[in-house]
Amino acid sequence: MDNFTYDRAGSVEDAARAGAGGAAIAAGTTELINWMRLGIAAPEAVVDISGLDLRGIARDGDVLLVGALATLNEVGTSDLVRADAPVLAQAALKAASAQLRNRATLGGNVLQRTRCPYFRVEAANEARVPWPCNKRVAGTGCAALDQPFSRAAILGWTQDCVATQPSDPVVALAALDAVAEVQGPDGAREIAMTEFHLSQEEGGLDEETRLAPGEVILGYRIPVDAASRGSAYLKVRERESYEYAMVSAAVCLDHADGAIRSARVALGSVAQKPWRLSRAEAALEGAALDEATVQAAMDAAMEEARPLPGQEWKPRLAANAAARAVMMAGGAI
Amino acid sequence: MTVEAKVRDVHHVDVGVNRLIVTPDGAAVDLPATGIGSTERRHDGDDKVTGAAKYAGEELPSGTLHGVMVTSPVARGSIASIDTAAALAAPGVVRVITPDDMPDLGAASVPPAAQSYMPMADLTVRYEGQPVAIVLAETLEQAEAGAALVDVRIDARDPVVFETAETVVPETEGNGYVLGALDPARGDFEAGFAGAAATVDQVYVAPTRHHNMMEPSATLAEWRGGELHMHDSTQWTYGVRYALSGMLGMEPGQIHVRCPFTGGGFGAKGYVWPHQVLAAVAARDVRRPVKIALTRAQCYTDTGYQPVVRSRVALGADADGKLVAVAHDTESVSSQFDDYIEFGNAGTRSLYPTPNLALTTRIRKADVGTPTAMRAPHEGPGMFALESAMDELSYELGMDPLELRLANYAEVDPANEKPFSSNRLREAYAEGARRIGWADRPMEVRARREGSRLIGTGMASAIMSTFRFAAAARVCLTADGAVRVEAGTQEIGTGTRTIFPQIAAERLGIDAEGIEMVLGRTGLPETGGTFGSSSTISVGSAVAGAADTLRNRIAGLAGGTVPPRDQWPDLLRRNGVSELVGEGGFQLPGDAPFDAHGCAGDHSMHTWGAVFVEMEVDEALGLARMRRCVACYSAGRILNPVTARSQMIGGIIWGYGRVMLEESAMDPRYGRYLSQNLSGVHLPVNADIPQDIDVAFIEEHDPYASAIGVRGIGELGEVGVAAAIANGIHHATGRRARELPIKFEALMS
Ligand SMILES: Cc1cc2nc3c(=O)[nH]c(=O)nc-3n(C[C@H](O)[C@H](O)[C@H](O)COP(=O)(O)OP(=O)(O)OC[C@H]3O[C@@H](n4cnc5c(N)ncnc54)[C@H](O)[C@@H]3O)c2cc1C
Ligand code: SF4
Repeated sequence: MDNFTYDRAGSVEDAARAGAGGAAIAAGTTELINWMRLGIAAPEAVVDISGLDLRGIARDGDVLLVGALATLNEVGTSDLVRADAPVLAQAALKAASAQLRNRATLGGNVLQRTRCPYFRVEAANEARVPWPCNKRVAGTGCAALDQPFSRAAILGWTQDCVATQPSDPVVALAALDAVAEVQGPDGAREIAMTEFHLSQEEGGLDEETRLAPGEVILGYRIPVDAASRGSAYLKVRERESYEYAMVSAAVCLDHADGAIRSARVALGSVAQKPWRLSRAEAALEGAALDEATVQAAMDAAMEEARPLPGQEWKPRLAANAAARAVMMAGGAI
Repeated sequence: MTVEAKVRDVHHVDVGVNRLIVTPDGAAVDLPATGIGSTERRHDGDDKVTGAAKYAGEELPSGTLHGVMVTSPVARGSIASIDTAAALAAPGVVRVITPDDMPDLGAASVPPAAQSYMPMADLTVRYEGQPVAIVLAETLEQAEAGAALVDVRIDARDPVVFETAETVVPETEGNGYVLGALDPARGDFEAGFAGAAATVDQVYVAPTRHHNMMEPSATLAEWRGGELHMHDSTQWTYGVRYALSGMLGMEPGQIHVRCPFTGGGFGAKGYVWPHQVLAAVAARDVRRPVKIALTRAQCYTDTGYQPVVRSRVALGADADGKLVAVAHDTESVSSQFDDYIEFGNAGTRSLYPTPNLALTTRIRKADVGTPTAMRAPHEGPGMFALESAMDELSYELGMDPLELRLANYAEVDPANEKPFSSNRLREAYAEGARRIGWADRPMEVRARREGSRLIGTGMASAIMSTFRFAAAARVCLTADGAVRVEAGTQEIGTGTRTIFPQIAAERLGIDAEGIEMVLGRTGLPETGGTFGSSSTISVGSAVAGAADTLRNRIAGLAGGTVPPRDQWPDLLRRNGVSELVGEGGFQLPGDAPFDAHGCAGDHSMHTWGAVFVEMEVDEALGLARMRRCVACYSAGRILNPVTARSQMIGGIIWGYGRVMLEESAMDPRYGRYLSQNLSGVHLPVNADIPQDIDVAFIEEHDPYASAIGVRGIGELGEVGVAAAIANGIHHATGRRARELPIKFEALMS
């Protein structure tokens, strides 16, 4: 870990300017400090935004507003979030551990990087990175391609990288059709959370999100509707708590009388972005809310998956998780 | 409420001690209110949870330099160059020690040295993570920054790993890791197997795992007037002394080791690893105290691991279920320089009798550091294989798994025909079966379903060797009437600071509360290491002897009978005695320093258990969870039911980790563990563990193993859990998982 300067941002503008100049924006620092300790990042300057007024959670008409500095515990225990977007509350509370959730912010969460163990190797400098990892040392190759770790992507990956985005909240935000409000040195804009992250196919090796340098996430606008209020999150993992997902599924479901009016389904930890199952969503519109119908739609959706050798079970797991999450949202489980 | 009061409050939560000890007939034993067998609370519990207990890593004498080891990122190669200029120019860096600066070191025997190869003694790289240089700086941060600046060039070569190494017969000559014969055999296995009514022949794999103790190893070396003082987080203070004395060419008495508390070890701190030697060398070099605290990542490469054990088990039974042929061949990984042997078939030797036995014990030498003992060594990984195979055999025979065990019950030790010092396994089976409701278990698989989950129950036997070390102890009565127990042993979290005073108290006929326990230091009466479940049996016996001596001396002073305790100060004053001391010792047959399972005597010594679990499996999501666990043990006399219960619960959770989560996966191309941190290596958390872990001990007093009726319990709890869980999963789903940990794909439909 190298020396760095530390400043507190007095305003979003301050932070954006510093960020555009190369400073690392620090919120809860639960990711940033890990990167610095592992040798993944060595910023010369850090600008701390944790004192800015971006923490609130409020309802504005049909929109739920969640500030970027709201912690995962605040999001998860908020009555508003639990009522209007339970999928987000559940995803937040299933992330990390209680201690981390007290610091980890929803702004920082969507910018966390992959848990690929090759990428996360402890190496104080590039010369000590023991294996190829294009994300760690550009141009070295991808060690995970031939020796896949179990959390490798099954969608959207390229020969250059098979890493996934491991966040739970991003899956919920994508299913909710949430929009991130961001402000950069050149002004503010909105980014749909279904578009925010980029697969390797879309972004190549260098671009993992559409956020530009210096852009600060101010918060998220979440449209509240029957489907968001009837939403659910399923996280599948070996360890019951304090572990990233093997796969996860977020579902917003509007249904009545055993029939689905509309369903929005996103899978997590299967790609470098939350993966909306648009085909399945279309197939389920108007369909019966029963296990066989839902499972068939998910199985069909997973036909596009490209698991690495030895991971043929993973698309099946993803389909099963998505189907289960729909039934959960439908109150059947 | 003060912190202390809050802590006290928590202590008084009911831990369910009802029916913790039962008679051989299954009747609850009432626990005494005080003394041995009572639920005496941990004497050091408050200190530990409030942070008052001081661990080795917290020592910081003024002038201490922080040492950070630069380690090799590759597993095999040779060091071409080390450029220290940038590091030396960094703020606060005082010195960088490289192989060029190393003094000639003598050889130490292995063990207590954990491995024969001393990194930095030459320019060879023999395993990933091996230290190649040490940066010494005024602060830890400066040392870390300096370590990143050392430019090490290594000519790397492709490593050999377990999967690519040859299988060889380990060297036994002069090998301190030989605990028994490699290839015990009797009768004619092939003939027995060919004539069996039912057979099983399968391969089971228990992967390499690490100790992952809470406190990473930490050492502080300080030279004073030619003598070396080590503050060390160790499981064996005297072992540190002996290893360093051999390597540094010093008299043992010139080396002083202190370790009042050890923050867990599970074997990683049992023997002496290179960083401990390097701290001493560095401190002598710079003439200042040097502290080296391993990083979490270094705990994966610099303090050993439990090696992967690949077992082939072949069982043959006659129509009544009697084993007519047993084979158990094991292969485990070791380093290129030591033949560490994980005796995966240790349990197979003594658990079930059979006329035809063929066991082999092999290793594969790879570019890794030397493995070491880890809870539970030998029986832990090996019994997963044997007890899984027994379950498979029961299904081949169509015979209840517990009935099959009972049909093969050993009345004497099958390995040597010696009687057992004491054995209540039969009663443990019965008590466990009662508690889990085994009688109602249907034999067929996939018989119980609740919603999306299949439910099954499984069981397994546990067996563990009894290890004993010679030990000495002292019990002192001071002028003010205070009683102090002294022994060089360690407190690694098991409760020795509570147990030993309890033993002394019983012998002296007084209350244990207030008896001071002084331990964790060379200079105190010598004991063995705190490993192999051996401390209570060995040190406890010595403490009992010392207390008896003291009692006799008190009686002597008083003219024959021991007066009430409140008269003791007066007694001493009247006789002009400032301190009365009783010495005691625990000797082994033939004055041996060490004995494994009673080899040296007429009785075979083991501990046993019967582990039952209820599992639920969600096949759509590839998930299995433990719903209940019942475990009953035959382990000798239980001195403190609550500290004993916590050992067993800890062992069961440890076993759950082995079967469902833990694995130190290595990328064979690089010879490096994929993850060297607790984010990438999964240990169980509370949410994984059911509240319903029901532990019981069968009341027992072992007249041979020790002077106090006990055998060891620390490692037993882990044994059998993996097989019981895998067998429970089979009962739920019909699926056999023969490779640990059990993964999604093994459970999914
Ligand atoms: C051990 C561990 C386990 C975890 N488990 C999970 C899990 O199971 N599921 C899960 O979803 N997450 C998990 N996490 C990740 C955790 O949720 C994130 O680390 C956390 O949410 C990041 O938030 P932060 O405020 O600490 O971000 P920081 O560490 O402060 O920042 C992270 C990144 O985001 C940028 N950033 C932060 N805020 C803003 C903003 N407002 N605008 C622009 N850029 C910003 C920073 O510049 C940096 O690049 C885990 C983390 C750890 C350490
Ligand atoms: S998957 Fe991506 S992050 Fe992992 S090794 Fe390959 S390039 Fe690196």
